[in-house]
Amino acid sequence: MSDKDNNIMDKIAESNKSVVSGIDEKDIKHWITISILGSKYKVPAGLTIMQAMEFAGYRFIRSCGCRAGFCGACTTVYRIEGDYRLKTAMACQTRVEDGMYLTQIPFTPAERANYDMNGLKPGIEAFLTCYPEMLRCLGCNSCTKACPQDIDVMEYIAAGKRGDVALMAELSFDCIMCGLCAMRCPAELAQYNYAQLARRLHGKYETPPPEHLAKRIQEIAEGKYKEEIDKLAEMATEELRKLYTERDIEKA
Amino acid sequence: MAELKFIGGYPEYMRKLIDVVNSTRSQRVDFTPKAMTMEERDDVLKVHPDYAPGGKRALALGPNKGDMAPNEVADLLEAYPLIRDDEIDLNTPDYTTDLLIIGGGLAGTSAAVWANNQGIDRDKILLVNKLRHGDANSIMAEGGTQAADRENDSPARHFLDAIGGGHFSNKPDVLRALVEDAPLIMKWLSELGAMLDHEEDGTFVEKAGGGTSRRRMHACKDYTGLEELRVIRDEFRSRQIPYLEYFPVIEFLTDGNSVSGAVLYNLETGDYKVVQAKATILATGGFGRLHIRGFPTTNHYGATCDGMVLAYRAGAKLRDTDTVQYHPTGAAYPQQIIGLLLTEKLRSMGAQPVNKEGKAFVFPLEPRDVEAASFIRECYMRDKGIVTPTGMRGIWLDTPMIELKNGAGTIEKSFPGMFRMFQRFDLDMRKDPVLVFPTLHYQNGGVETDPWGKASVSRLWVAGEVSGGVHGKNRLMGNSTLDCMVFGRRSGISAAEYLKTNPVQGKLTLAHLDNYVKMLKESGIQTSRKAPILLPDYRGKAVLARIIDVF
Repeated sequence: MSDKDNNIMDKIAESNKSVVSGIDEKDIKHWITISILGSKYKVPAGLTIMQAMEFAGYRFIRSCGCRAGFCGACTTVYRIEGDYRLKTAMACQTRVEDGMYLTQIPFTPAERANYDMNGLKPGIEAFLTCYPEMLRCLGCNSCTKACPQDIDVMEYIAAGKRGDVALMAELSFDCIMCGLCAMRCPAELAQYNYAQLARRLHGKYETPPPEHLAKRIQEIAEGKYKEEIDKLAEMATEELRKLYTERDIEKA
Repeated sequence: MAELKFIGGYPEYMRKLIDVVNSTRSQRVDFTPKAMTMEERDDVLKVHPDYAPGGKRALALGPNKGDMAPNEVADLLEAYPLIRDDEIDLNTPDYTTDLLIIGGGLAGTSAAVWANNQGIDRDKILLVNKLRHGDANSIMAEGGTQAADRENDSPARHFLDAIGGGHFSNKPDVLRALVEDAPLIMKWLSELGAMLDHEEDGTFVEKAGGGTSRRRMHACKDYTGLEELRVIRDEFRSRQIPYLEYFPVIEFLTDGNSVSGAVLYNLETGDYKVVQAKATILATGGFGRLHIRGFPTTNHYGATCDGMVLAYRAGAKLRDTDTVQYHPTGAAYPQQIIGLLLTEKLRSMGAQPVNKEGKAFVFPLEPRDVEAASFIRECYMRDKGIVTPTGMRGIWLDTPMIELKNGAGTIEKSFPGMFRMFQRFDLDMRKDPVLVFPTLHYQNGGVETDPWGKASVSRLWVAGEVSGGVHGKNRLMGNSTLDCMVFGRRSGISAAEYLKTNPVQGKLTLAHLDNYVKMLKESGIQTSRKAPILLPDYRGKAVLARIIDVF
């Protein structure tokens, strides 16, 4: 039994080798050529841009964060050989292609306002106070085209200009604040910062406070559960186990 | 790869196996396998990487000498420091501050805001980050945050669920703080303006999670951690609290007994900075990037165990170092996203784990270790897993069931992040199941604290994943973002209270390193290992073989 279990762990480790400890050239059948900052490298087909750069010998300090599409660190701009268009991507979420010319933008020098949420109300005034330059939007749609999250950035800016905070908040919800919209904007907006303000205004002022929450907080403050938790905290493991096993489970 | 014919993102042979899943879905819609008994759980856990033989050893030195830890962790605890006493000029600190916070995820950022709330001036706080402010596991938390605030629920129930899920090894006093503060944290988030899922009347939408007996998971679609973090970080920024990025801490400074600051390393220029601080909060997160037992991980790039290494050298006691959390549903296909997290909320909403015969073989919401072990058993002992073109084995997670149970459009609405990720690789999780296998997710144990986050070394507070005790030997879904915010807040408040007693600045020394190096030599360990490692290394093997150091 125990040898078999150990063998399982070895098998799992073996099947994950390339993900865990770097790729071995001898395992690769298909190759492509990419250009990183102007230099050409032969890399395995089928990797993400990030994995391909690592294979080529880059050890990231910047331009690498969560490696799962949530943090916006690996903002990448590229062009495919023979095509004039500049494209954008998150390096950790995009498959590398033959003929890619790659560069990364690890930082966006964008303006951000400091504000006290208690002094703002949801509406156009909040933006006029914090980000009056938002009105400079030309409606060119470069931001939307650049967004790696497929957010309709231009549309949420338009909503903001109408004072529709709720729509701006909803449309921008999936924003990972990578900064690509701001980098491509000819009117020099920092859209993602405005959207952050919109979401906070919406969450704070346009959502009714949950009554059940206030009630529970008061009960806890009054010590309603103290005794019950005291009992659980001091209970012998066997008794606790019994209580745990027999507890009723609400249907998911 | 080119030899395989792909249909809808899957090779033809996997497509045939998907047909099997599709054919049994209507029979499974009203069928859920029974939850395991405690005996059945114990039995399946034998193939969990924590319990399968090997992979661990007893620590050879330090406050937890004799305790078991994964080899990868023990390797770092039994390693030499990166710096020597005589290399660092401690006479002229670059920063003198009241409160040093190390790590800017949910825990560290919350700590800063709450210390400021308690009257600590913003200029007396310094938050330092190894990477960018917010590069943390927090930002990737998908499923939710637990808080027992509904009528049929209670903090006591939350306590019971968590201690049962943690195999009755949780530290009761810190667990109590977790469950009692949870509703308060939800209120704080609402007031800051976080967009928590709610009904028209403001009532939170709450879901079940693995091992919870009530629906108490608060979410922000499947971007819960992202929303929580970006809102708290926005508040932090608006208050203009100072912070540094790309400045990992490579060693604590101590005055012999207590922590008095830290040595920072500029990742880009290679020089060091000295910080003198009256109080220090450690919030550096976990160790997923150590790839314990060769598992892929959900963790961010910087999750390399730094905080635990530094605290241990400074004399802080650890606990529950022997267990690691493997999330049952890491992506197993395609190759590009192996190990990435597929939230437990998928199962909360009806997605069933299904084997290659199209059978639902396990209750979908067992505690994470039990669920993960059952997948390993299905793949490696019962041979009912699905083998990918790169040789990985996995289990189907039948995501189309979510649409069947909750209506068409649910996946795009409730899981926009997940849907987008699969779409990028030409897979449609609304129509086809996705392949999953356990992935290294969370450091269960860590630095031991009291209910206010205080470590066993004075002037040191610890919050979030780097701490140990609150989750015991297995954490439940939705308790980690909560842990970060509860103990971030508590350490911020507690450190602020301490600072109000006007403590004097401690002396800056690296004396604890001499002691540690001496112990290391005496323990008989022959090694040239150095720690912390700061970042993992995924460079291609061919390149690494030819690296030379010329300047």
